Amino acid sequence: MHELSVTQSVVDAIVERMGDAEVAAVCLEIGKLSGVVPDSVRFCFEVVCAGTTLEGARLDILEPGGQARCRDCDGEFALPDLIPLCPCGSANVEITAGRQLRIRSVEVA
Amino acid sequence: MCATCGCSDDAGVRITEPGHGHGHGITVSLEQDVLAKNDRLAERNRDWLRRHEVVAVNVMSSPGAGKTTLLERTARESGLPVAVVEGDQETLLDAERIKATGVPVVQINTGAGCHLDATMLERALGTLGPAPGTVLFVENVGNLVCPALFDLGEDRRAVVLSVTEGQDKPLKYPHMFAAADLVLLNKVDLLPYLDFDPEVFLRDVRRINPAADVLRVSATRGTGLQDWYGWLRTSIASGERR
Repeated sequence: MHELSVTQSVVDAIVERMGDAEVAAVCLEIGKLSGVVPDSVRFCFEVVCAGTTLEGARLDILEPGGQARCRDCDGEFALPDLIPLCPCGSANVEITAGRQLRIRSVEVA
Repeated sequence: MCATCGCSDDAGVRITEPGHGHGHGITVSLEQDVLAKNDRLAERNRDWLRRHEVVAVNVMSSPGAGKTTLLERTARESGLPVAVVEGDQETLLDAERIKATGVPVVQINTGAGCHLDATMLERALGTLGPAPGTVLFVENVGNLVCPALFDLGEDRRAVVLSVTEGQDKPLKYPHMFAAADLVLLNKVDLLPYLDFDPEVFLRDVRRINPAADVLRVSATRGTGLQDWYGWLRTSIASGERR
């Protein structure tokens, strides 16, 4: 359940950045290849927010899909899982999207 | 349409409890990595290790894959100056086993925590104070999922998988195998008794992580351990850091 640590990091970072401002909503980006389960983060969010300036805040999660670029054929393709295989057959690929785990924005009450 | 969440005024009926309203306040862009703080601390650990000429290997696996047995044997037989940070939810059992080999060791107990993070290693480094030239093994909490996500500041990542766990683990737990510099297939002495095809395992490791080194070992019997010590010596000699 690393999602609890991840959610704690989200709340800590927002409190650090926003000071005393009451936060009404949080928008996160959790890529499909990030290794973090959005539903688990939702489960932890309310608990971790309790007693902070984020208490009762809404949580929006964007889930960008995986993308990769092949170093052999230079093609770009969607990557549904962590098996880095280009349609051309090459495994020499660079994951360009889907691993991000970012706090996009917050909405101040 | 609301720029924050995409909701629309005509999207349908909404039932709202007072005090939990969906107010359209001011949106503040943060664009910050969630693990930025851990990654900053990990870089600080990496810098500390570099300055103190210590090479750190993060050793990860499921519970019972044989990490501690591997490290006991490495402490006794490799001839390398070894120190160990042990990570477990509870008990000093592993630290006591390592202590019996005569090398410096500290235990981190994470309580409910399922992985080590950079703050924990920073504190352990302060307590342990490894000497220059040390190979520091950080035995992570037994877990094939969470530790893959948290950079500790280590130089190398070794993943241990025992043959009793089954050959399908690289595909089932791809994040862990994707993070590895080295995969140690342990307990190979048990292969005659199991339905485990090392070639299928190797193929699947390669599908997830074409760059990882793979070694077959038995930490209890000593099989293949010279290759492991050789891998460690090469890693130290290369001077490369993550």
